[in-house]
Amino acid sequence: MDWINTTLQGTLLGGLYALFAAGLSLIFGVMRLVNIAHGDLIVLAAYLALTTTVMLGASPVMALLIVVPLMAGLGYLLQRLVLNRTMGEDILPPLLVTFGLSVILQNLLLTGYSADPQKLQAGALETASLPVGGLSVGVLPLIVFVVAVLTIAALQWMFYRTALGRAFRATSDRQDIAQLMGLHRAHIFGLAMALSLAVTALAGVFLGIRTSFDPAAGGARLIFGFEAVIIGGLGNLWGTLAGGVILGVAQTLGAKINPGFQVLAGHIVFLVILAVRPRGLFPRMD
Amino acid sequence: MRDFPLKTGSNAGQNTLLDIRNLDAHYGDFQALYGLSLRVQAGEVVSVIGANGAGKTTLMRSVSGLMRNQAEQVVWKGREIGALRADQIAALGIALVPEGRLLFASLSVEENLIIGGQMKRKGPWTLQRLYRLFPILQERRNVPATALSGGQQQMVAIGRALMSNPELLLMDEISLGLAPVIIKSIYEALPSITGEGLAAVIVEQDIAKALAVSSRVYCLQEGRVSLEGASSEVPRDAISRAYFGV
Ligand SMILES: Nc1ncnc2c1ncn2[C@@H]1O[C@H](COP(=O)(O)OP(=O)(O)OP(=O)(O)O)[C@@H](O)[C@H]1O
Ligand SMILES: [Mg+2]
Repeated sequence: MDWINTTLQGTLLGGLYALFAAGLSLIFGVMRLVNIAHGDLIVLAAYLALTTTVMLGASPVMALLIVVPLMAGLGYLLQRLVLNRTMGEDILPPLLVTFGLSVILQNLLLTGYSADPQKLQAGALETASLPVGGLSVGVLPLIVFVVAVLTIAALQWMFYRTALGRAFRATSDRQDIAQLMGLHRAHIFGLAMALSLAVTALAGVFLGIRTSFDPAAGGARLIFGFEAVIIGGLGNLWGTLAGGVILGVAQTLGAKINPGFQVLAGHIVFLVILAVRPRGLFPRMD
Repeated sequence: MRDFPLKTGSNAGQNTLLDIRNLDAHYGDFQALYGLSLRVQAGEVVSVIGANGAGKTTLMRSVSGLMRNQAEQVVWKGREIGALRADQIAALGIALVPEGRLLFASLSVEENLIIGGQMKRKGPWTLQRLYRLFPILQERRNVPATALSGGQQQMVAIGRALMSNPELLLMDEISLGLAPVIIKSIYEALPSITGEGLAAVIVEQDIAKALAVSSRVYCLQEGRVSLEGASSEVPRDAISRAYFGV
């Protein structure tokens, strides 16, 4: 029973990791951009939510109404004004620029908010739980998981059923030919980054409700997101969810064996999967 | 065969759609086109022939905006467009069927066609009309585009360009790598494409095919126009000389 409970907690934690990962997966899929600052942007979203709750007295969940569009707008501008200038045949320049952005963000957060750990206060929601067949399931982790599933489903639908998704896929296939269809590449890239950071905002707010965070918290979130993407297979959104769950379960089971073992257990499972299936568990078919 | 009044003077007539003036195109330090001039009248079909590496694709890339040049070197209906982006040029009504087809692999046949029409320009071409022209595409509309045979892929590439309802259709070696019977059937479809006054530039290695479908022909050699004339009038030996440079 204990192990089942642990596995369930790990699965729910995997939802949060899938939210870390989905935005990464999206921009890599559309424009082959690896965003080293992704984790720091998650933390930035958490801080923006903190400021919103403090200034407006709103709950963190209400803060999403402000933070999600704010991060989306930031993503669009970041892409159009900065990252697009670095995009080309060579993937190294955007990698370096996002690395620099990561450093800048951490220092700005440090200056603006100090190094003290912060947390988003969600009141009773944080401790509420549901009894499920002898197990007790936290309401918050359950909500996060459901949001993750809905987010992945929505992204999947957008990608395969809408004109915007078609434009994303066409641009991903052949940037030059996509332009011949009248698609303005810089704008399409901007929209992809906006969407990525909108998901990042969700991830950041739920991260901030679940655990405390500080300006240096982004690195680990980036790694967890990467691991989830790679485990699930590049370019497969449902695979990313599965990757998040596998990582979450590995970590909670590891922590149960030995509390110091949590993160390491996740890395080990990641490396084993990478060794056995270098393209991840569910790589896209083409 | 088509017969259109030929303009020969140097001043562009009112019906000039595309006017390429002294176009130089470069790949880095390498110059691929040297002072190339070419003109397409409204509703006219022009063919461009030339050996491998003559610069035909470079010309297509320059007109469609995939390569950007000096603004004044490409003029569209009196407007200088040589420095515009490809998406801006597409919106003006210039569509390219690229060499090698280059379909979107993660889009189905139908999605490839729909995305061709995503600018929603008005005109005769719709999915229904395309499916009437190429019925096989309707049958296979939900298949990934790159799963089709070469000939069917070429139909999708042509259809994708037509879906934007262009005023000028650029076609770069649409017979490349296809079996002769397939080439024949695709060329048989051309009159129903250009029939309603759609202007076209057809790049072709097969000289006979090029002359048969066009009213005027340009021959390129090492980045320069080596011959220009009415398709029905240019002597074959002059073409051979212009083509091979011997
Ligand atoms: N991306 C490129 N970088 C450098 N040089 C190029 C590039 N593309 C083409 N060239 C050169 O430019 C010249 C013209 O090439 P282009 O592709 O326009 O010829 P083409 O007439 O289309 O030939 P083909 O019949 O083989 O398609 C050639 O010398 C070619 O080597
Ligand atoms: Mg060519």
